[in-house]
Amino acid sequence: MTKPYISWGRYPYREQKGVDLHWRPTSLPSDEVFLPQGNARSYGDSCMLEGGNVLSTRFMRRFIGFDPDTGLIQCEAGVTLADILNVAEPQGWFLPVTPGTKFATVGGALANDVHGKNHHVAGTFGCHVTRFELLRTDGSVRVCSPSENSEWFNATVGGLGITGFITWVEIQLKKVGNSAINAENIKYRNLSEFFELSQASEQDYEYTVAWVDCLASGDKLGRGHFSRGNHARPVQPRPSKPAMALSMPIDPPVSLVNSASLKAFNWLYYNRQIEPVRYQTTHYDPFFYPLDHIHDWNRMYGPKGFLQYQCVIPMEHSHLAITELLHRIGRANYGSFLAVLKVFGEVASPGLISFPRPGTTLALDFPYRGNKTMQLFDQLDEVVVQAGGALYPAKDANMKAEHFRLFYPGANQLAKFKDPNITSSFWKRVMEA
Amino acid sequence: MKNWIIIGATSAISESVCRIWSVRGYKLFLVGRDEKKLATLRDDYSVRGASDVYTHVMDVNQFEAHEACWNAAAEQMGRIDGIFIAHGTLPDQKACEASFGTTQLEINTNGMSVISLCTIAANEFEKAGKGDIAVISSVAGDRGRQSNYVYGAAKGLVSIYLQGLRNRLFKSGVHVTTIKPGFVDTPMTAEFDKGGPLWASADQVANGIVSAVDKRRNVVYLPWFWWGIMNIIKHIPEMIFKRLSL
Repeated sequence: MTKPYISWGRYPYREQKGVDLHWRPTSLPSDEVFLPQGNARSYGDSCMLEGGNVLSTRFMRRFIGFDPDTGLIQCEAGVTLADILNVAEPQGWFLPVTPGTKFATVGGALANDVHGKNHHVAGTFGCHVTRFELLRTDGSVRVCSPSENSEWFNATVGGLGITGFITWVEIQLKKVGNSAINAENIKYRNLSEFFELSQASEQDYEYTVAWVDCLASGDKLGRGHFSRGNHARPVQPRPSKPAMALSMPIDPPVSLVNSASLKAFNWLYYNRQIEPVRYQTTHYDPFFYPLDHIHDWNRMYGPKGFLQYQCVIPMEHSHLAITELLHRIGRANYGSFLAVLKVFGEVASPGLISFPRPGTTLALDFPYRGNKTMQLFDQLDEVVVQAGGALYPAKDANMKAEHFRLFYPGANQLAKFKDPNITSSFWKRVMEA
Repeated sequence: MKNWIIIGATSAISESVCRIWSVRGYKLFLVGRDEKKLATLRDDYSVRGASDVYTHVMDVNQFEAHEACWNAAAEQMGRIDGIFIAHGTLPDQKACEASFGTTQLEINTNGMSVISLCTIAANEFEKAGKGDIAVISSVAGDRGRQSNYVYGAAKGLVSIYLQGLRNRLFKSGVHVTTIKPGFVDTPMTAEFDKGGPLWASADQVANGIVSAVDKRRNVVYLPWFWWGIMNIIKHIPEMIFKRLSL
C-alpha cells in the first residue's frame, strides 16, 4: 500500500506525521498545530502540514442515518463518495455533485467545495450539504446549515479545512430513475467548436466535459472529445460495472510520462474514435471515474510526483486566454496526459472562497521537473491574472500569495473563522508567508 | 442471509468484515466493551443493509460472562449461524518480560478468552449439527520471536487449539476457520511505520476473511504471501534462528 498522509500529487513529497482518528472525537488536541485530512486526494499542499500533524479521518467512515424516502444521508467525515454510492445508488439515489474521483471523503469534498460535470445545472458540492458538525479546538461544537450558524457554514464550505474539524456531514442526494448514463462522445476539431458544443449542450445535458489533446497546435489547437450525457431512462437496462482492471503496484524509478509517451497517448486517445459522434449507454463508474480504475495511478509520475494546474477564466476572456494557455504549454514543449475543459454555470456556491465561478475551467497534469515546471506555471499564472481568472487551491502547490488574495477576496474574511490550532502548508504559504 | 456473533466488534478488521456482511443483509450481534462505539457501528451497519444489528457490552476477560453473551445472542437472533472472534491486544513485549502478571493478562486476553468462547460455541454448534467458527489468530503464532513472543505464544495456543477443534467438529458438520493476518494497518499497529509492500489494509484482509469463511477454508494467511514468508521462517533451523533478531 502507498504511504498514507502524502498528497495525491506526491509533490511536495514530504514525510508527514499523521494520527488516525477512528471514532468521532469529542475534543481536539489543543497543544499543537494540526490539519484535518481526509483521503489525501487533493493534489498539492492544501491537505499537507509541514512540521505538524495531520489528523486523518480515513478510518472515520460510518453512516449515521439514511432515509430512502427523502434521500437525506448523514455520515462521518471520512466516508468516501464511493461508500455513499454503494449504499444509496441501489435504492435510486445518486450524488448530487461528484468530482472525478469517488475516493474523496465527504469532509474533503465539503472543505474543497468540489464540483463535477454538472456544475452548470447543480452548482458545487456545498450547494447540496444540508448540515454538518464543526468541532473547534476551544471545545465548541456547532451544527451548521444554511440557516443555522450560517456564517460558519459559508466559511467552512470551501474553507480548506481550517475553520475546525468537520465530524459529520448531511447531504441531500438526488433521485435518479437510472444511474446509468446515456452518453455522447463528440470528436471536435478546435477550441471554437468546443465553445459551440458547450453552449449547445448546456440546456439539454446534465453532464458536460471535454478532454483536450494539448499537443495539437495551429488550427487544431484545443481539439479533443466533448462528452455529454444524461441519466438513462428508468426502463433502460443497466450496463454492468466494469471490473477493477489495473493498478500501479510499484513506484517506477522515473516518470512514465514523457514527451514520447504523451505524444503516443494523445494521438491514440484522440483517434480512438473514428466516427464523429459515438452514442453509448454506460455504467456511471467509467463515465464519472475513469481514472479510479487504475489504482494508485499517481505513481505513474515516478518519485518526483506531479502537479495539477487548474484555473477558471471568466467567459468573456475564455477563448482568448485558453488559447494563450495552450500556446504557452505547447511552446514549453510540456504536454499533459490529462487535460480537461468544462464551462461552469451561474449557480452560486455558499462558500466564502469557493473556486468554481462562471467561466471556463482548464485542468492539466504535469510531471514535476523542478524549476522548469514552476517557470511554466508562472507564465500560465500571468494569463490567468490578466484574464481575471483564478486557480484552484485543492490542486495547487505553486500559487503566489498575492495571486491568492486577488483570486479570493473572501480570504481575509475566512481568516476570521480560522481555528487557531489548525493550518495547512497551503494556508501558510498564501496567507502567512 | 446469516446470523453472526462478532466478538471484538470495535476492531478495525471486524468492522471491515461487518461492512461486507451488512451489504449481504446479515443479522449481526456485536460484542465489545464500549457501548457508544457499538451503537455507532449499529447505525452504520443498519444503513449499509444489515437486517438487524444487536449490541452487547462485555469484556472478554470476564470469562464468566461468556455463557450469558451466547444466550443473549441466541435469544435475540433466534438462530446463530456463526461466531467471528476478532478481539485482541498487541502486548508491550518488554512489559511482559518484566512482569508475569502482564504476561498472564495478555495470554488471557489473546488466548484463554478465545478458548472459553470457542468451548461454548463448539458445544452448541455440535448439538445443532452445523455452524461456523472463524477466529483471527496471527502469523506471529507460527514461531516464537524475541520481538513479541508473548503475543506469539497466545496466538500459537489459539492456532493449535483451533486445529484440534476443527478435527473434533468435522464429523458434526461444524467448520472452523483459522485466520492468520500479517501486518495490518489498524489502530493496533498505530505505532508502526506503515510503508512497504508487506502492509495490508483492514479492507483487504476483511475481503480475504469473508471469502475464506464462504469457502470454508481451514487455515488462511492474509494476504496470501504470508504463507510463503512463514514457511521460510518456520523452517530456519533453531541453531541459526536463535541468533537472528527477528
